[in-house]
Amino acid sequence: MSTPTIPRRSWAQRYHVKGIGWTVLMLVLLVASAQMTGVNVGMFFSNLGQFTNLLVRMSNPAWDYTTVIIQPLLETIQMAILGTTIGAAFAIPFAVLSASNLIHNRWLRGLTRLFLDLVRTLPDLLLAAIFVAIFGIGSTAGVVTLAIFSFGMVSKLFYEVIETIDMGPLEALESVGATKITIIWYAVLPQILNQFISYFLYTLEINVRASTVLGYLGAGGIGVFLQRSLNEFNYNQTAVIILATLVVVLVIDGVSNHLRRVLL
Amino acid sequence: MEQTAPIISFKGVNKVYSNGTVGLKDISFDISRGQFLVVVGLSGAGKSTLLRTINRMHEITSGEITVEDESISDYKGKALRLLRRKIGMIFQGFNLINRSSVEKNVLSGRVSYYPTWKTIFGLFSKADKEKAVHSLARVNLAEKLYTRADELSGGQQQRVAIARTLMQDPKIILADEPVASLDPLTTKTVMDTLKRLNQEDGITVIVNLHSVALAREYADRIVGLRAGQLVYDQPIGNVAEGDLDQIYQTPEGAKA
Amino acid sequence: MQTTITPPTRQRSLWQRWSWLLWVLVIGIIYFWTINGLKFSGFQESAASVSKSILHGLVHPTWSYVYDGSGEDLVSLILQTLAIAFLGTIVSALISVPFAFWAARGPKERYFLRSGSGKVVLTLIRTFPEIVLAIMFIKAVGPGSYAGVLAVSVHSVGMLGKLFGEAIENMDRGSEEAITSAGGRSGQVFVLATVPTIMPEFLSYTLYRFEIAVRSASILGMVGAGGIGTPLIFAIQTRDWSKVGIILLGIVVMVLLIDSLSEQLRKRLI
Repeated sequence: MSTPTIPRRSWAQRYHVKGIGWTVLMLVLLVASAQMTGVNVGMFFSNLGQFTNLLVRMSNPAWDYTTVIIQPLLETIQMAILGTTIGAAFAIPFAVLSASNLIHNRWLRGLTRLFLDLVRTLPDLLLAAIFVAIFGIGSTAGVVTLAIFSFGMVSKLFYEVIETIDMGPLEALESVGATKITIIWYAVLPQILNQFISYFLYTLEINVRASTVLGYLGAGGIGVFLQRSLNEFNYNQTAVIILATLVVVLVIDGVSNHLRRVLL
Repeated sequence: MEQTAPIISFKGVNKVYSNGTVGLKDISFDISRGQFLVVVGLSGAGKSTLLRTINRMHEITSGEITVEDESISDYKGKALRLLRRKIGMIFQGFNLINRSSVEKNVLSGRVSYYPTWKTIFGLFSKADKEKAVHSLARVNLAEKLYTRADELSGGQQQRVAIARTLMQDPKIILADEPVASLDPLTTKTVMDTLKRLNQEDGITVIVNLHSVALAREYADRIVGLRAGQLVYDQPIGNVAEGDLDQIYQTPEGAKA
Repeated sequence: MQTTITPPTRQRSLWQRWSWLLWVLVIGIIYFWTINGLKFSGFQESAASVSKSILHGLVHPTWSYVYDGSGEDLVSLILQTLAIAFLGTIVSALISVPFAFWAARGPKERYFLRSGSGKVVLTLIRTFPEIVLAIMFIKAVGPGSYAGVLAVSVHSVGMLGKLFGEAIENMDRGSEEAITSAGGRSGQVFVLATVPTIMPEFLSYTLYRFEIAVRSASILGMVGAGGIGTPLIFAIQTRDWSKVGIILLGIVVMVLLIDSLSEQLRKRLI
């Protein structure tokens, strides 16, 4: 049997430079991160007792506390609904301005998207801390936080939806000389409404989750009680709050998932 | 080609799926060593199922299949893996590991010769690496040894899959619609490759095709399946124009 | 001459015709309840003046805080934040793999007992607030970034396990079939076919989760779990708005950089 010619490999290919390089980089980063954060596996296990002790105390929920937290839980949901609604309302014009198939001015689009990117970099609790400083302790700070948080998220989801629409109806209307507003109302809106509502509900789910901890920094809702119970070492109350939150989140998720399935 | 003792034989094979669908119905026939057998039929007629019962990728409900005079139904563990080693398989979708190199893909055909821990570290022997080059040379792709599999065209990928099968030193090759996702030109190179292996190495080749023209061009023998039943079986010399139309009639059409 | 065309009468039940009214009513009630329920009395007189000083602080950040070599400056703490996110994400990616295989519906699974229970557990982990986890870990290992790493590691499993599991459910099983038919053992099928097929998606999801972890790590410090959040909450409480300004700037730049880096890497993976 004659030996077939084998293709040549470059030096980098033969010694797997890329693979080894990535592995080394990851290992260096891992070691550096471990140093910087002072990770100590031994300490975790030697203190595991305290952690399990905490879990044991949490596993005995103070059920009578449930009555106390119903009102703040409802407030949490209200905050989420209002915040999401305000955020989504502001998101619509910005989404239209960022959609490449509707706005042909590159500068305007780029500027809008940059602004949205900046808004999205801010974590929710950070916003909450600032708005508590501005508006004082209470649900107002929470609603504003959630509004801004969902604004950043929804506007991106919305403009991605807009960019995938079928352009046929738009061109038809454009050819008969319709105004931009008319085009959006008759050709764009019907195509995207269901997806908009679906994303609105999705954002609402995320906001319900987020709103449960905002109160930790004083921005209203159940989080206030979460912080209180933790500070007072009443872990059996913490457990009730977490369980109740879980139930609320699951119910909202279930309802929202069902509605979204019906819509799409 | 002279007729020798059968390498595979079906004896009253039935296959019923768990949802009650009949896959195969009372199939009995022999396949002789070194034959190029083409199975034709509509999609859903049971061609794929028939092929996969030979290497036990599908289980049968009743009947018996023998490979080299041994019943394969009770094979387990090692015996089953050894059966599969001598039966290579080619798929419609090539089933390569897309992001790996051609070399790695071809070597993976040798998997049954290695313990698991060696495969984990990719410790293939030098001899097998050379074998991989030779297998690739047989499908005229040696120059693609270090290319990523997904950078190849469909026809080239299917030939890599054939090279992978050759690593098993197979006695039988099962090809399930090997050219269904290829264009006419690459179809020819793939089918020619299979025919060459059949003639040069004496590998028994069983191919599922839905194209009658291709079947007539390459087969030694054609069998037809309809609704899980063997409805046609002739050596290529006896296949007449129009014979195969009956296989492609839908059950409703047959009644009419 | 004109012929009258009678439009075909649409056969719709009373319910179909009037159900929208019900929806309007339901949505109306929800919003009425929402707006009535919330108390907006928390509005402070000082809101305007505080906002003004915040804005003033944001445009006049304390540049000297960026780096002073003390290890407590912006650059050091941003790096610490990234370290928390990085380590937490890597650990959680490793923990997520077995969870993903637990929660992924198998091709031969009958009643989805195994995958269903896995999905429930992942939902529970996802819903458990990260902040509470951080506080719990602070009790165990003391305040600092170690607690942050642990919180990110555990919390991220909820989402990564779910995403990994979905990747497994939707993966192309062709190469697995090929290795099995070549006589491979199940372990060999896993190593040679399953892992290479699924790896790029796992890596891509891990990078995506890293982006989220960077955001979480930057706020976990607010409860004492290390990173840039600690000086931030401190600066907010002491109304040192110039310092808040520089920290915000630092976070924004960090997140933008990480997001674009991760996006580049993810594009190359797929």
